[in-house]
Amino acid sequence: MSPLFLNALEVILNGLMAGIMYSLVALGFVLIFKASGIFNYAQGVMALFAALTLVGFQTGQVPFAHLINAMFGTEIHHWGSGMNTFLAIILTMIVMIIFAWLLEKIVLKHMVNQAPIILFMTTIGLAYFMEGFGDLMWGADIKTMDVGLPSGGSLWLEDFTKGWAAEGTEYYGMYIDVLDVWAAGIAILLVIALTLFSQYTKTGRALRAVADDHQAALTVGISLRTIWIIVWSLAGFVALVAGIMWGSKSGVQFSLSLIALKALPVLILGGFTSIPGAIIGGLIIGVGEKLFEFSIGGMIGGATENWFAYVLALAFLMFRPQGLFGEKIIERV
Amino acid sequence: MFYRESGDFKTNYADDQQSFPIKLDRYAVWVLLAFAFFVVPFFINDYWEKSVLVPFLVWSMAALGLNILTGYCGQVSLGTGGFMAVGAYSCYKLMIAFPGLNIFFVVILAGIITAIVGIAFGLPSLRIKGFYLAVATLASQFFLIWMFNKIPWFYNYSSSGMITAPERTMFGIAISGPSAPSWATYLFCLTLVTIFAFIARNLTRGRIGRAWKSIHDMDIAAEIIGIPPLQAKLSAFAVSSFYIGMSGAMLFGVYLGSAEPGEAFGIDKSFLVLFMVIIGGLGSILGSFLGAAFLILVPVLMKNIMVGAFGWPADLAAHLELLFIGALIMFFLVVEPHGLAQLWRMTKEKLRLWPFPH
Repeated sequence: MSPLFLNALEVILNGLMAGIMYSLVALGFVLIFKASGIFNYAQGVMALFAALTLVGFQTGQVPFAHLINAMFGTEIHHWGSGMNTFLAIILTMIVMIIFAWLLEKIVLKHMVNQAPIILFMTTIGLAYFMEGFGDLMWGADIKTMDVGLPSGGSLWLEDFTKGWAAEGTEYYGMYIDVLDVWAAGIAILLVIALTLFSQYTKTGRALRAVADDHQAALTVGISLRTIWIIVWSLAGFVALVAGIMWGSKSGVQFSLSLIALKALPVLILGGFTSIPGAIIGGLIIGVGEKLFEFSIGGMIGGATENWFAYVLALAFLMFRPQGLFGEKIIERV
Repeated sequence: MFYRESGDFKTNYADDQQSFPIKLDRYAVWVLLAFAFFVVPFFINDYWEKSVLVPFLVWSMAALGLNILTGYCGQVSLGTGGFMAVGAYSCYKLMIAFPGLNIFFVVILAGIITAIVGIAFGLPSLRIKGFYLAVATLASQFFLIWMFNKIPWFYNYSSSGMITAPERTMFGIAISGPSAPSWATYLFCLTLVTIFAFIARNLTRGRIGRAWKSIHDMDIAAEIIGIPPLQAKLSAFAVSSFYIGMSGAMLFGVYLGSAEPGEAFGIDKSFLVLFMVIIGGLGSILGSFLGAAFLILVPVLMKNIMVGAFGWPADLAAHLELLFIGALIMFFLVVEPHGLAQLWRMTKEKLRLWPFPH
């Protein structure tokens, strides 16, 4: 096989891995959109916040240290050497649940029956709030996250693929980050777990009922507000997983919240209500942008990953306004 | 009692159709304009110009533009930053290409160029609606910013990739460039904003505005009663981009002086303008100004209080500012989803009825 073909193959594989990362964020969007019709822009910031909180617990930072120091002139920063990763993950999850509960109590319950655009704006407000809150609580510096996941290139794969190239050509084997493989595995597990949860538990059935029809769900005695708390907690959980993955990959920093924007074209392609759609959309975007950058990007100045996903979604929408898996839009007057 | 239209008789059609049919409104606007034009320029200093008045005017212009598209025509756009960048870069290229041209016309021409770009990016709106359109406009945002970063012709092959406004004048007085006096830049922005706010008000009251509103309410129904959606939507995109392009040109040429696309016209600017429109009030000219004032003045105020009065570090103040802005946005949407303009309408109603409750 020629090295060019192998390179393209490597690009596709890496694209698939990147796509899974996008899908992880898109998944959180879909969960909330199905259950409450809210398009949660804050999903990316929730991932950032979860990752910040996790690192904060792990390293034993004092929350709001900066603020307390400024107000009282103290010099506190850490309260010990931190705690082990597992405990930190549990505690972060508890924080996310408390957050979901507060959000429902303070904001969402007032927003029933508002127009979708208003709800969307509320979540953008929420995104600002959480970003400020997270920075205030844990500081805005870039943090490294280490939860014990392996990372770096896989030597085994490099050796394994080295022999594939034709004799006499220069080829050094494929580079695939082990962390990406782990992320893919975890994403698949997460989807299986979510599917099982929504198919086989009582709460899961209630979630699906609410997604189907709010009013009908209310009439059979499902509490919408409890469901919302559960859904936002679930989205918090997905955000935590996404935060761990992205955080381990590229450090916990503000740009983490921008992946939320990348999740939008993913959702456009996959449809807002379909979990498999989110996965497939993520894969298409991931492979598409990597291949485009590989084949054409170099010729027109590079960094096409910034916009390719959106332009792809736009071009796609011109032909199928309802997305890949959406039902045909029928409008009535 | 304090605010009423009774006793305000109109004896001809012109009276009835004027921009502000109620006498009190009209007087208030004239007094405000007189104050802004004839009093403020004598007292303005560099601080007020640079951190309060000029940004307020520039962002009001952007908010006006987005309000026409989103508030009146109902097409949600997240591409405002990209269109402002088009305005800024065409302003820059025009300034370089025609050094003698009055800057007033430069800004107008920059707006027209942006309008053409806006029409091109507005074409998908004929097939795509709602959220899908919002995401599609993200394509314009990211693509345009990328283009201005990557194609050297736009920044005249300068080594830093930034564009810097040269000194350009109007009636012999510098408006752009480092030596422009505060009062001149302020008056320049104020004049443009005043003229185009009046135009916007009258556009939205007239035939075109009604077509936009009917598209906003329901585009299928509008089409059935004989409003061509192609013309209505594209004209909204064109007019909106024209305003946004002018605001981009003013932001770069008059206010910032130099700009780098990712920094000055990033996606956060698109959201900022959208917030202004939502907080101010969708479908309201006054709302655009109130929203811009709110989102420009509150951060300045908070910064002054926290850094100036409490002596807290600036990064801490920035975080708190973000937190408060987010909380305020949520608070406003919970309390009054129709924005500050609706609060003002309710206040007027209360004043009209006072001292009776109903």
